[in-house]
Parts: sequence; C-alpha cells; structure tokens
Amino acid sequence: MGEMDDIIKEFLIESTEGLDQLDRDFVELEKAPDSKDLLASIFRSVHTIKGTGGILGFDKLGAVAHVGESMLSRMRDRKLSLNPRVTTALLALVDALRKMLSSIEMVGTEGDGDYSDVVAAVNSILDGSPDTVVSPNSAAPAQYAAASEDPGSDDVSAPTTPPETVASAPGKNLPDKEVSAMVSDTTQIPSEKHDPLASSTIRVDVGLLDKVMNLVGELVLARNQVLQFTTTTKDTTFLRTAQRLNLITTELQEGVMKTRMQPIGNVWNKFPRVVRDLALGCAKQVRMDMDGADTELDKTIIEAIKDPLTHLVRNAVDHGIESPEQRKKAGKPLEGRLSLRAFHEGGQVNIEISDDGTGIDVDRVKRKAVERGTITSDHAARMSEREALNLIFLPGLTTAERVTNVSGRGVGMDVVKTNIEKIGGMVDVQSTVGHGTTLKIKIPLTLAIIPALIVTSGKERFAIPQVSLLELVRLEGLDAIASIEDIGGASVYRLRGNLLPLVDLNRELRLPVSSTEGGGAQIVNIVVLQADDRQFGLIVDEINDTEEIVVKPLGKQLKGLACFAGATIMGDGQVALILDVLGIAQMANVVTELRSRAVNEHRAKNGESAGNRDTWLLFTVGENGRMATQLSSVSRLEEIPVNLIERSGDSEVVQYRQHIMPLIRVSALLNRPSRTQDAERVQVIVFAQGESYIGLVVDEIVDIVEQQISLERCGQHAGVSGSAVIQQRVTDVLDLDMIIAGSGMKSAMSAPQGV
Amino acid sequence: MSTEQQFCTFFVDGLFFGVEVHKVQEVIRYQGMTDVPLAPAEIGGLINLRGQIVTAIDLRKRLAMSERQGSEQPMNVVVRTADGAVSLLVDEIGDVVEVADSTFEEVPDTLKGIGRELIRGVYKLKERLLLLLDTERAIDIAGTTRPV
Repeated sequence: MGEMDDIIKEFLIESTEGLDQLDRDFVELEKAPDSKDLLASIFRSVHTIKGTGGILGFDKLGAVAHVGESMLSRMRDRKLSLNPRVTTALLALVDALRKMLSSIEMVGTEGDGDYSDVVAAVNSILDGSPDTVVSPNSAAPAQYAAASEDPGSDDVSAPTTPPETVASAPGKNLPDKEVSAMVSDTTQIPSEKHDPLASSTIRVDVGLLDKVMNLVGELVLARNQVLQFTTTTKDTTFLRTAQRLNLITTELQEGVMKTRMQPIGNVWNKFPRVVRDLALGCAKQVRMDMDGADTELDKTIIEAIKDPLTHLVRNAVDHGIESPEQRKKAGKPLEGRLSLRAFHEGGQVNIEISDDGTGIDVDRVKRKAVERGTITSDHAARMSEREALNLIFLPGLTTAERVTNVSGRGVGMDVVKTNIEKIGGMVDVQSTVGHGTTLKIKIPLTLAIIPALIVTSGKERFAIPQVSLLELVRLEGLDAIASIEDIGGASVYRLRGNLLPLVDLNRELRLPVSSTEGGGAQIVNIVVLQADDRQFGLIVDEINDTEEIVVKPLGKQLKGLACFAGATIMGDGQVALILDVLGIAQMANVVTELRSRAVNEHRAKNGESAGNRDTWLLFTVGENGRMATQLSSVSRLEEIPVNLIERSGDSEVVQYRQHIMPLIRVSALLNRPSRTQDAERVQVIVFAQGESYIGLVVDEIVDIVEQQISLERCGQHAGVSGSAVIQQRVTDVLDLDMIIAGSGMKSAMSAPQGV
Repeated sequence: MSTEQQFCTFFVDGLFFGVEVHKVQEVIRYQGMTDVPLAPAEIGGLINLRGQIVTAIDLRKRLAMSERQGSEQPMNVVVRTADGAVSLLVDEIGDVVEVADSTFEEVPDTLKGIGRELIRGVYKLKERLLLLLDTERAIDIAGTTRPV
C-alpha cells in the first residue's frame, strides 16, 4: 500500500506541475495560436494526466482529460482553431482537473463533483465546430478510444474503465482516423521531447532540506566557537585547520542555502492566468510583463510572499488599470500594462509591481481616512504625499468606490503589509494620479542565518538584525551630555539636524544599570535603527561586533515578549537574545501614531476599546494657561535667543534653515499675558509644512504625554479647538489649522492676516 | 495486580518530587543561563543544550517557595513536552525510583495555592512522600495565575 501511495503522490506532483505548465502555455497560446510546440506541450500534459490517471484507476479524471485531449489533438491537426470560446472551455477543463487532483490529494478519490458541463462544453465545440472535417461518429465506442490511446498500458487501463462514466463523457464524435493519428503522435512526442533536465535533477523532500539547513546552522555556530579559540592560541596547525574549517563552512552554508533557493518565477507563473481571468471578468485589457523571474529567494520566503503578491496583482488589475473606454479618453493605449520586476540589491530582494492605470488619488485616500476617523482633518492637511499614500496600508481603508468580489473590502493591504513585515520585509507605494502605481517590496534573501550586530547592555549580549540597522553613533565626554536633550522625560538626539528619539535599552528591558553610568567618563553608544518607517536611536552600553547568527525560536513561555524575535548561540556557547526592533519601538512608543491608532480605531469599532490615544506635547502660555498640541505634528522644538528675532512688516520672523520663519506669539493670539515677556530666549515649537516653517512662541514646554482625550468645546476662543482633561488638568488644545491658515503660510508666507 | 512505575526524582526546597521517567529527556548539572529581561519571574533563563535553546523554569519560583541560597547552583531536569524540551531548575537530583500504583493517593484538600494545581498526587513511599509533578502545567506559565 505504501508503494501505491508513493506512486499516487508522484502522480499528483507531476500532474500539478503539468497543470501549472498548462496555464502558462494557454496564455502564451493566445498570443501565438499557431505554435505547434505549445500545442504539443499542452497536449502532452493533458495526455499524461489521462494516461496515469487511468492506470491508477481515477476514471473520472481520465474521462475529463480525455475530452480535452480530443479537442487538443484536433487543434494540433489544425482542424480546430483557437478562439476565446475554445480557450475558456479548455481553462474550465484544467480547473476541473485541478479540483479532482486536489480532492485525490485530500481524500484519495476524485470526489463527487459533477463535471459533465465542462465535458459538454468541449463536446459542443467539437460538434458544432465548422472546422470539423469528418462527420460525427456517435457509434465510436468510448472504451476503444480510451484504451487504444495508451498503447503501453492497454492491459491495465482497459479492464478498469467503467463503461458508463467514460461513455457519457468523451469522444462520441471521435472519428477513427483521429484516434489512430493520436496513437502515433502520443507515442512519439513524450519520448522525443522529454525534458533533459529531468535526468540531472532529483526531487528532495523539503523537510530533509530544512534539516540539513538546521545542521549547517549548528555547524556555523560550532565554527564561530572554534574561531574564538584562534585568538588565544599560537598553534599554527590549529590555526590552519580552523581557517580551513571556516572556509568550508562558509561554502557549505552558501551551497545549502542555494538548494533552498527558488526562482520567484515559481510564484509569478500563476499570475498570467490570474490576470487573464480577472481582466476578462472586468472587461479590461491587460498585458503583463515580467522581468527578473529567475531572481532567487529562499523557499520559506517564497511561500510567505505568494499571497501578498497575488493580492497586489489582483488589486492592480481590479482598480489600478482602467477600462478600455476610460483609457481611450485619457489618451492611453487601450491595453493596460502590468509589470513585475524583481532584482537583487544589497543582500535584499526587491520586487516591484507597477501598472499604468489611474494611480491613487491622495486626496481621496485622505478623505476616506478622515471619514473613517483614522486621522484628523488637520493631520490630513499636514501629511506629506508619501505619508498619505501609505494610509492605504491601514486596516479597514479602501479607496474602491464599490466592493467587488475581487477587492474593495479594505482588508487587503494591511494584511499584505503585515505579512511582508513578518518576514522582515518592507513595502512602499508610489503613485501618480493618471499615470499609475508602483508598489515596492524589499525582502531579505533568507531567514535562517542572518547577519547581526552584537551589543551589550546590562551585562547581557543582544543581537540586532542588520537589516534594521542604519548607523552607529558614539558620543564621548562632554559631547555626550550636551547633545542629548530632554523633552519632558523623552530624550532626543540631533542627528544631522533631525530629532532622533532615543530609547534606552537598559531602561526598556529593566536591566541593571551598569556601573560606568555614574563614572566620570561619559560614553554613549547609539544604534540608529529603522522600525516601520521611523528611525530611532537605541542606547546600549557597548557595541561589540557583527556576526552571522542562526535564528532560533523562543519557547512558548516567552512568546508573549514582543521585544525579542528569538535567540541565538554565541561563539562562546552562551545564549543571546535577538531584539525585535519593531517590538522595542512599539514598547517605547516610537512607532505610535498612525498604524497603532488605526488598529485602536478598528478595535473601537468592534467594541473592544474606545477613544483615540495620541501623544500630546504640553506647554504653558500665560498664568496657568496649559495647552496641548499633537506631538506628531511638531517638527522640532527650538530655543531662540530674542536678539535673533527680526521683523518683517508687522510680524516677527527669524531666520531658520535658510528660510524665514514667521513667529507667532501664542500669548498674543489668545490675549493672555506672557510670563516670559522679558526672557532672553524664547521657547519655539516649530511646525513644518513642506519647505516652509512656522514657529509658535510659548512660555514653557512642560511634558509629553500619551493619553486618550475627549475634546469638549467650552467657550470659543480663536486658536483653540477645544479643551480636554490631560493629566487631571484642563488643557486647551491648539487649533493648528486656524493658526497656520492665519499665518498665510500656504500662500508662500504672505503677510499674516489677523494675527 | 499492582503495576509499578518509574519516576525520576528530585528535591525542591526540601520537598521530594517525581516526574515519570519517560518524560525526562536528560538530567544535567548547572549550566550558564542567559537572563530574559521582562520575562515572568518563574523563567530562570535560557540554556544552550547542545545547540538547542531551552527555556529553564525555576521550580522554586514556580511553586512559590523561598528563594534559593546564593551559593547553591540548581540542576536541570530537561523534560520533553509538546512544544519541545524545557528545563526544570531543581535543588538536587534523587534516584530513579520504582513505585507501585497502589501507593498513590490524591492530593489532600488541605494543600492550597499553586501546589494544588501542579501536584497531581502523592505516592506513599516507606521513608517519605513522593509528589507527582504535572510537568505540562508546570511549564504552562502563561496559562496559570501568578502565585499569591
């Protein structure tokens, strides 16, 4: 029985591959309907399924394959030419075969699905085809047809063919002449055109490959351990052996990695069919280009990106590319273009999916997001185009006008993003209205062995995956103290003019603070990391080295810790934890706003939690005048000496980054006496809008809080959008929209009105 | 009629525990451990067991017993579980003992707290009582309430 199972398994693998090939060939065939080679290839695939299916006793499968074969043989003999009706019938046939094959895989039988309509469709083409040369011969016995086409397996298939199923289905019309033609052809084609590759390759169980990969991982660790000894010994024989071991291990690692590599084309191959069906379904014309289908990726990654890619391709066809009429109006070629591109770059694989369709209307995305309450309208107004485009990755947001069975439900893109991020990848979108959309995906080559930076904090070593590493900053002595600034408990560092939020690993992980902290020599090591689309600096005690590490999962007791992605074994045999950069960023609230807020919103909808958590910058204006503004809208905080303030017209300005920045005194705006009228320096909150800045002069920056607020309107004030209780005290929330509008910032900083 | 079972035994804070021998993968002496910050208190750390990373659970903490004295180094009883190997940190290893099923008795009702959840029963040996540890529950840290 076991042997039989193996045969069936082999048959299933072979047939599925054959059908995949068929899909590709069919689409090709539409372009080149006369290609004899393609027809032969298609015929061969169907024939193999029929033949083997018959031998194994899958008669229903054999019967369906048989009608297909009849039609194909006629096409091959140029008695029937390809037209959409024929293609559709053939594709339906392939689907039927696929369904039966998967049923065989699941339950061992073809299932009780009824495929007579598929068969009937083919038969009606065979019947009604004007190309039919010979008149139908309904008397031709089906068994004869089925049996005589398998010359090598006559004795096996003939007795197992149940008369009724086959008779109902195939070849009623098969003229004898054709049958004999088929016999001669089928015996030749497979033997002549047998793929020469087959003899030089073997099938290997993926489980075995995984095991080998794990062992190589172990070997890499053992090698690292051995290499550690080379620093303490002078034994030349040992050194030489270690060196050799090092080289061999590296090569072996590369070799094994290669065995797991698959061309991305394996996933892409399915797309022409998907695109064709979809385009037909929504009456569009789409041409698909593929570039770099031979780009190789680790098998696990291929598996992981299959669904996200399919989703993106469907999206592009469904609401990227317009209908032919719309395209004509827009002066574009009627046929839409969808192109897939893959290439290696910097140890990563880049995949681009672009279409020349409508593009994404940024304003509409914003409007939808505001409608759904995902972002506030003033936030939307301040968003850069890129930020706004990335809104499409938020859960629940769709820009489709209507929901189709393909897309528009708004559950797709966030899943795409999550899945790609799960394997350490990134996804970005670029779009120009009217010209099309490009989605760029960056993913690592492999997951099992990764380069990582080893750092020490609180006497423990941690590994940081190199993919999220941007740069290292080391501050020494006075520099260190001076350049790390504090905004109400949150440390920031100015990295080339931009504020980099700092996260102290010791504090986040509640590690024992190392003794050097209190010592005289102040050294601060900052690891600049990328999490989501945000940068932050991680303060660690020591930066050690980079090393290839083997990622091992943590036990289920530790799965709940978002800050660790796994563990690895270091050269000295000790275990080190691998930091999950995104997890740490979330823990430290670096990656706060949009995404997490959208998730909250989503939950609120389902009644899990309510409200809007935001990070607020608290400041004071005048006596007891507590005010707040959303931190996410703040570009920088500055302290500006009073003597740098100049005047332009009747407003105060200051030169700021090669621009003239208008200053607005909030105290004047709100008619509250400032407490710091005569100070030498003023506190300025800088907001950026594109290239221009606007500065709000406030008395004092108090704190940054993350809180859920409910805005109440009590007593209308210009410049205040409402009041809320923050930190148990009534706080006015700044109406940024009004202030910016009042400053005339949008109109290239014309003279401010009314301020 | 009575059947016999084999138990791997060990001591934790003076109590004598047993785990079915077939559940125990191996017993090893003290291993250097890597702390896991932010982990539940019961997690002793991670050990490297021939290239495999194994979570070690401190049974004293798990059973809400007193802390181990500074100089004493715990031993590892590595048990097989549905989710791979997990190490139990114990004070001292005992013998493998063979006990008759007939000496088994349920946990007395007077046993309260976490012990009640983790001890499946008691074997009455001649010289002392052998407490049968429920390993699946002992390692299920997320699933139980913290000891009071």
